[in-house]
Amino acid sequence: MRTRRLWALFTVALILSLACQPAAPPTPTPTAPPPPAAPSPTPPPPTPTPPPKPVLFLSTQLRPVEEAEKMRNVILKPFGAPVEFIPEDEGPFHDRIRAEIQAGKVTVDVVGALHGNFVTLLKDNALEDLTPLMERLKDRPMISQFAELGKLGTDRQYCIPWMQATYILAINKKALDYLPAGADVNALTWDQLRQWGENIHKATGERRLGFPLGPKGLIHRFVQGYLYPSYTGAFVTTYKSPEAVEMWKSFKALWEHVNPQSTTYDFMQEPLLAEEVWIAWDHTARLVNAFKERPEDFIAAPVPAGPKGRGFMPVLACLGIVKGAPNREGAEALIEFLTRPETQLTILREVAFFPVLDIPMPADMPAHVRIEGEAVVKQSGAQDAIPALLPVGLGGKAGEFNKVNRDTLERIVLKGEDIEKVLQEEAAKLQAILNETGAACWPPDPPSTGPCQVR
Amino acid sequence: MSRWWKAEIGLPLALLMPAILFLGLFIALPSVQALLLAAQAPDGSWSGEPFRRMLADTRFMPALRNTLVLIALVIPLQLALALTMALIAQSRRRGAGFFLYVYAIPLAISELAAGLVWLAIFTERGYLNVVLRALGLIQRPIIFLSYEHPIGILLAVVIAEVWRATAIVMVTLVAGLQMILGEYWEAAEVFGANLAQKLRYVVLPLLRPSLQAALIIRTLFAFQTFAVVVALGGGVLPVLASEAYVWYAGAHNPHVAAAYSLIILALSALVTGFYLYVLRVHPEEMGR
Repeated sequence: MRTRRLWALFTVALILSLACQPAAPPTPTPTAPPPPAAPSPTPPPPTPTPPPKPVLFLSTQLRPVEEAEKMRNVILKPFGAPVEFIPEDEGPFHDRIRAEIQAGKVTVDVVGALHGNFVTLLKDNALEDLTPLMERLKDRPMISQFAELGKLGTDRQYCIPWMQATYILAINKKALDYLPAGADVNALTWDQLRQWGENIHKATGERRLGFPLGPKGLIHRFVQGYLYPSYTGAFVTTYKSPEAVEMWKSFKALWEHVNPQSTTYDFMQEPLLAEEVWIAWDHTARLVNAFKERPEDFIAAPVPAGPKGRGFMPVLACLGIVKGAPNREGAEALIEFLTRPETQLTILREVAFFPVLDIPMPADMPAHVRIEGEAVVKQSGAQDAIPALLPVGLGGKAGEFNKVNRDTLERIVLKGEDIEKVLQEEAAKLQAILNETGAACWPPDPPSTGPCQVR
Repeated sequence: MSRWWKAEIGLPLALLMPAILFLGLFIALPSVQALLLAAQAPDGSWSGEPFRRMLADTRFMPALRNTLVLIALVIPLQLALALTMALIAQSRRRGAGFFLYVYAIPLAISELAAGLVWLAIFTERGYLNVVLRALGLIQRPIIFLSYEHPIGILLAVVIAEVWRATAIVMVTLVAGLQMILGEYWEAAEVFGANLAQKLRYVVLPLLRPSLQAALIIRTLFAFQTFAVVVALGGGVLPVLASEAYVWYAGAHNPHVAAAYSLIILALSALVTGFYLYVLRVHPEEMGR
């Protein structure tokens, strides 16, 4: 009896829950034809066009949650058609594209990634030739070096420049009191930075330099594009050179004035705002909150120079279309939209990535963008600038490559191991990865025919 | 025959099936996959390379050592604390039940969130330094989380882990205590046993099955701890689980990551066997 009542209750509940469900999309069934729409009192909608097909946009850029949200809710809003923006780590990004190409079932339309990733995508034969599209975008004042880089060493356009960024210094104005005599904030040397840190350390008793050595920090980019090029003029080829040994010695001396909590810092804007550090090196997008929240307290400056010059890493992110993309038309429209000057300025305003177009910065740009923008321009325009590309052609091995750079720094600087021994061991690991991937040298290393070789 | 078969084999099998399916799909299958991954080179051929690379990695030995040290510090501390907390929560004083809820709060917090909470406490401009400074105990902030004294990071991790995960041990022990307390406790009181004696001769022996379960669960989870370690120490205090994560998510090499996870699996199995043996429950004790 009791069970029967329970069953009855259950059935009622089930019916109710089904009845209360949101209406399913109308499916044409023979028994219930859709009601005729003709005799309606209101005028019919003007253009009954079918809804545009969504564009699937897979990106290794704008991965942090806030940036991805800005992308979805602000930057892509005026596009019109729905865009599914999916940020993905580099490894899974390449795995997914490779798997879809191999399975012959492509779902991704547009890819957004760093220039180095595109070399791997091309190697995987995963990119459509976008030369005709680039031709149509001719009205945009695209920075010509970037457009050239987008050809990936061929005569066809595979990667259409999307946005750029770089790494600079952010400085709390309190630190300016301790600037070494004769030093110019906009043209520092690494030696002067060490002296500056030392002055602060002596005066305040605290170590105020900071580097992003946390688990998600970008310290490997510092090793690849800043430290090595400044001191050795190259990176891979000079990994264990005598200049490198000298470089690590002076960097160890500088490290004595670095906040030892740097090993927990992922984004330097946080310790800057907490004033745990006064001078920090990081990616522009990871410093921007400091300038945004307290533009009066912080200045931005180009990175210091070493004996060989001012090594710095211009980061170029590109857009491409996957071979066999299901929505080619939507994909091209999206790329056209993202490279419009007004979209480029929205990107700059919202996520602090800089335009790839040679356009003037409007006067109404927020303060944080102007502060960073000026430093970026000074850095790339410096007389002694040595632009260093992000590693090119490492594909899925890029992570392991970065780990070698990070391990090198940690072993030498944090653990105090013997410099020459560490360089010998880590250079061997670096070489193994280069041989495995067959990656040729990239600037500032001189070009190579086979895999890049550590000398 | 068929009836016997149904009752003796069929029914138990049917009852066990959900558990078998669950364990098979989510534990056994991934374990086998990990084993296969760890025995392959990236090109798919059989190879000892993942293990060689793991052993040659300069961070492997520190990771192994740190994992064992953490477990040796955290588990006994948690056990003692959890037992005290369980006894308080189960005591007959008024409002004792309230403690149970307070103690259980950290259970609701994810590991990473707990790590970040403690980072906010221990960092240079964190709560602890602010309080110490307000009390006039220090002139300038102390840097607790410095790579120069990993012992500070280790202690911070121990504190965070104890705070975060003692509750789960306590809950298991409370369940065990609820079965004991009552007439055994009263009988001991009648015979004039003091608290220490009651603990030594009544509570602990009868609690052995719960202790065993609590220790096994807690130690297994301790081998997997990494979010707290990563949040508080960055890469300075590598543990096995954090290295597996770094190899998988950072270096995109699932093979070496699988090798690390197999080491964790082997250690877990070893420790579980040890607990089962040392805290074994005799059949006659089961029928109490």
